[in-house]
Amino acid sequence: MKLDVNGLVVDVTAEPTTPLLYVLRDELGLNAAKFGCGLGQCGACTVLADGEAIFSCLTPISVLEGRRIRTVEGLGTAQKPGPMQRAFIDMQAAQCGYCIPGMMVRAQALLERKPDASEADIRGALQPNLCRCGTHMRIVRAAVRAGELMRGKS
Amino acid sequence: MNRREFIATGGALIVSFALPARAQKLPGSLEKDPLLDSWIRVAADGRITVFTGKAELGQGLKTAILQIAADQLAVDMKAIELVTADTALTPNEGYTAGSNSMKDSGTAILNAAAQAREILLAQAAKRLDLPVEKLSAQDGQIVAADGRRIGYGALVQGQLLHVRAAPESRLRRERNLIGKPVPRVDIPAKVTGGAAYVHDLRLPDMVHARIVRPPGYGAKLRSLDDKPVANMAGVIKIVRDGSFLGVIAAREWTAVQAMRALRARAAWDEPRKLPRDIYATLAALPSQDTVIAGADAPALQNGRVIEAGYTRPYQIHGAIGPACAVARYENGALTIWTHSQGVYPLRGAVAELMGMPPERIHCIHMEGSGCYGHNAADDVAADAALLARALPGTPVRVQWMREDEHAWEPFGPAMLSKARAVLDAAGNVSGFQYEVWSNTHSSRPGKAGELAAAWSLEKPFQPSPPRPIPQPEGGGDRNAIPLYKFPATHVTHHFIPEMPLRVSALRGLGAYMNIFSIESFVDELAAAAKADPVDFRLRHLDDPRARAVIEFAAERFGWRTYAKRNGNGRGFAFARYKNLAAYAAIAMEVAVERDTGELRVLRVVAAVDSGEAVNPDGIRNQIEGGILQSLSWTTFEAVMHDDRRITSRDWGTYPILRFSHVPQTVEVHVIDRPGEHFLGTGEAAQGPTAGALANALAHATGVRVRDLPLSARRLKQVLSA
Repeated sequence: MKLDVNGLVVDVTAEPTTPLLYVLRDELGLNAAKFGCGLGQCGACTVLADGEAIFSCLTPISVLEGRRIRTVEGLGTAQKPGPMQRAFIDMQAAQCGYCIPGMMVRAQALLERKPDASEADIRGALQPNLCRCGTHMRIVRAAVRAGELMRGKS
Repeated sequence: MNRREFIATGGALIVSFALPARAQKLPGSLEKDPLLDSWIRVAADGRITVFTGKAELGQGLKTAILQIAADQLAVDMKAIELVTADTALTPNEGYTAGSNSMKDSGTAILNAAAQAREILLAQAAKRLDLPVEKLSAQDGQIVAADGRRIGYGALVQGQLLHVRAAPESRLRRERNLIGKPVPRVDIPAKVTGGAAYVHDLRLPDMVHARIVRPPGYGAKLRSLDDKPVANMAGVIKIVRDGSFLGVIAAREWTAVQAMRALRARAAWDEPRKLPRDIYATLAALPSQDTVIAGADAPALQNGRVIEAGYTRPYQIHGAIGPACAVARYENGALTIWTHSQGVYPLRGAVAELMGMPPERIHCIHMEGSGCYGHNAADDVAADAALLARALPGTPVRVQWMREDEHAWEPFGPAMLSKARAVLDAAGNVSGFQYEVWSNTHSSRPGKAGELAAAWSLEKPFQPSPPRPIPQPEGGGDRNAIPLYKFPATHVTHHFIPEMPLRVSALRGLGAYMNIFSIESFVDELAAAAKADPVDFRLRHLDDPRARAVIEFAAERFGWRTYAKRNGNGRGFAFARYKNLAAYAAIAMEVAVERDTGELRVLRVVAAVDSGEAVNPDGIRNQIEGGILQSLSWTTFEAVMHDDRRITSRDWGTYPILRFSHVPQTVEVHVIDRPGEHFLGTGEAAQGPTAGALANALAHATGVRVRDLPLSARRLKQVLSA
């Protein structure tokens, strides 16, 4: 079947019941989405499907055909970071960093839906995602900053 | 040339440089690995490589080490390639643990880089026939006042840096990078989908595996119907050795499904031996008792006696990404890519497990998720090694599942403590007694018996007898001796060898519980003495750096002008981690809803003194993280179990802090002390955070809670009683 990932339509060979996460990581070689719990409890695997944040560890690819899937790789590169990535670098918002891509795409989903999202909105939106290093304060600051960058404030 | 060959060929020279007697110890890890080129090498083309035996765990080690080396070598950070923990390349610096990396490796590299620079200067002086005072090191070149310059690469010929370090170094005092909030070098890859973790390693022809872990400690695999699984498309091999059971598949999702199918077809004999009441059990188990302070302290004087007891449950490391490793076994040699905190000790343990000589095993550190101490990183490396041997020539990637990590990682130990003190007529402490009961806080490998897989093999290995970690660092008794000048202080460590549940080092070890206990107790004493908690601490403290962090945190918090509102409260706590690493003071404001027991942390203000602050933002990040992690431990976390199994197996049955309970603000103030020793920071905040929280809760509600966690459920019970 075909999947639209970060703007490219790719043929994948995995069984239709395979959760998206394994296709992203093992078939397409994308690193950002992570395995955390396989249960939808931690958000490390979060990616966007038509702008909506989904748990890729739980979502079979069979329901994703024709939907626009985006991962952190689709938000920019290390050389040309997008606003969300720029903000996380500027705020040094990572320790081990394993949870961070999930945080970034969930914040991205919020800011695309609600460009003027407040800090309280951001905290509320990030509730499904867990961080164990205790980087929460920086994650919130980075998401606030990303909103500013997206609204064109430098 | 790898490190072994290098030493083998250079061996004769080592002898020629050995000094007859060493009066003075070498700085940091140079004491263990004194050759400069173990730490720093310069290639003929000028490329500089720095080697550390410590590992990046997300604490910012790489960046801090690069800052130190670059400043002393007078080059840009980008001119240096940094190699971290690798048994073929780097010095053996044991574990990356105990907040020791800056003290051990940072100090070694600081001095090695300074001495390498001096050697380069001396060499250039000879070449240019100039006194060394006329030369300076700049951007990878030695530059003379007359404009002549020679690149480092052209100077380093033969074995120029293959010399023993001296005890003293001429440190370059210009700080271009040290003391600055240099952005972390590892963050860009982590936020753009770069390969940042061992989890992201994809070797050619790599296959995937999962382990069917036993349902509980000591469970034996009674029967297994593995035929349907062996016939599943994509399954390469089922590996069984006694009760150790794993499955290898071409694809990761196939491995997960095959593991689940095997688990459903496995029957186990499970002992029923987990205790019902862990604190009663621990208190009843035999202990080895050591008086660690005040063996000759006088008996307590007459006066007001205050007593209290505290408990702490088992708690997990709980990395968000379950442990992972990749191993390849080929021609009798084994390579393991691992996020273990100690590649050399892991190599020793795997060598014993596999019956291989350690020289045939190469352990390479790659980052993992979190860490926070001895988690399942070593266990999964052993799993990968066993499976790789069953499939020679093919790299095997193993990742644990969430339930494996929750149930099988070694927990931070459950602990009990008791404190007793006497107040004199002036409200000062005239005597102080403290006792702590705990299992070991380190069951780290070094031996095969410390690896989970080894217990399940047909020929199992037994865990080594548990041992306490001696003072001054201590294990269960870490920070059990208060820094306060209490007369007649008497402290006893009751070390309990028998472990009802698997335990090992969790960030801070016993310091978390001991500081929670002592700082709670100090507030209880202050209340009895009708003294302000900050004043009470200050009047029992001489150490000026301890006083400085306390005064700084209190001032920035607005302690003196705080006005208590209904339902709100403030709390304060202080400790110097291990009594020899970073100083940290924390002030906190909380709000408590009496009806529900719901506790909110509103704001936190911390002051920290880590000696010379190499990277102040790195220190802030570590302290912020320590505060948030400790808030999670302290308000939410306790491992649950029945008489056979750990029942906390996911984030539903072991909840941790989510964004709804993140404070409104967390401020961290770093007191930089240029020229002072680097003091480890990574574990400095956990204990004071717990103490400040308990004290704020008591201030808000008038009720003292001495049993962790301070959960809404417990608070509701206590507040409605």
